[in-house]
Amino acid sequence: MSQYAEAQEELELSHHPSPGQYVKIAVILAILTAFEVGISYIDALSDVLIPLLGALAIAKFVMVVGYFMHLKFDSKLFRYLFVTGIGFALAVFTIVLVIFFSAEGGPSPGGPG
Amino acid sequence: MATGELTPAVHEHHTSTGLDNTKMAMWAFLGSECLFFGSFISTYLLYRNQTADGPTSADLYDIPYTSVSSFVLLMSSLTMVLALAACHRKDQRGMRAWLLATALLGMVFIGGQIYEFTEFAHEGLALSVSPFGSSFFVLTGFHGAHVTVGILMLLLLVGMSMFDRLGPDDSRKVELIGLYWHFVDIVWIIIFTVVYLIPS
Repeated sequence: MSQYAEAQEELELSHHPSPGQYVKIAVILAILTAFEVGISYIDALSDVLIPLLGALAIAKFVMVVGYFMHLKFDSKLFRYLFVTGIGFALAVFTIVLVIFFSAEGGPSPGGPG
Repeated sequence: MATGELTPAVHEHHTSTGLDNTKMAMWAFLGSECLFFGSFISTYLLYRNQTADGPTSADLYDIPYTSVSSFVLLMSSLTMVLALAACHRKDQRGMRAWLLATALLGMVFIGGQIYEFTEFAHEGLALSVSPFGSSFFVLTGFHGAHVTVGILMLLLLVGMSMFDRLGPDDSRKVELIGLYWHFVDIVWIIIFTVVYLIPS
């Protein structure tokens, strides 16, 4: 490996969490998953269930991307590439929704929930 | 069996960004995969209530069962990152063990998905039964296909390591396959919430 590549890798690794920290993150992820499943059974939370589940999923997503995929510690360019993909996905979702609902007749019986 | 011998040095070049091109390509690929899965998730959300005369999600989903599958896939991300950490420590034996553990957890997840698909088929849900069935099977089936590709790549890494084709200086390969693996995990995090937990 060239000295440049070695130096680059050493710099990357110096910011990475330790194996113990990875285990702690995994425990938090497991607890969040159990919490998600638990609240999905509570009828009293039905009004706030979707935003709550969405927030928990986003929290888990960010933790895996940030710590396990090291995006928190890596170059911002990688972050831009990934976030651009997510942005495009959200744009497609919005466009599909608009086209679908503006189409004549809209969704058929029992349409989008 | 290899016990950590060095493989020939890899020549890396300075790049205009100062970043590794293969890693950049992997992140660009993962960005495009967001679009791929985003489209399928959007389609599922649009059609999930269009069940025709077929079974509905409420008839089919077994949340405790899928929760265990989700937990298994989540833990495979931990074993994957521990494999990479072992690789960085130049601990070839540890890396192989964690890679194998990751592949095994992936196989458990895929086994669970095959069982779930079989159960759903017995209940009357098929790809052509309803828009709900089509969008469900396409979304989760493509995710399962991605997990299967990931398992094959993990086993390839283990094989390369056993036959001296993956030395301590090849951590970038492990890192790139790890990124792919974590990506299938985060896609499942979204699928689990959107498809299984959010009521129709």
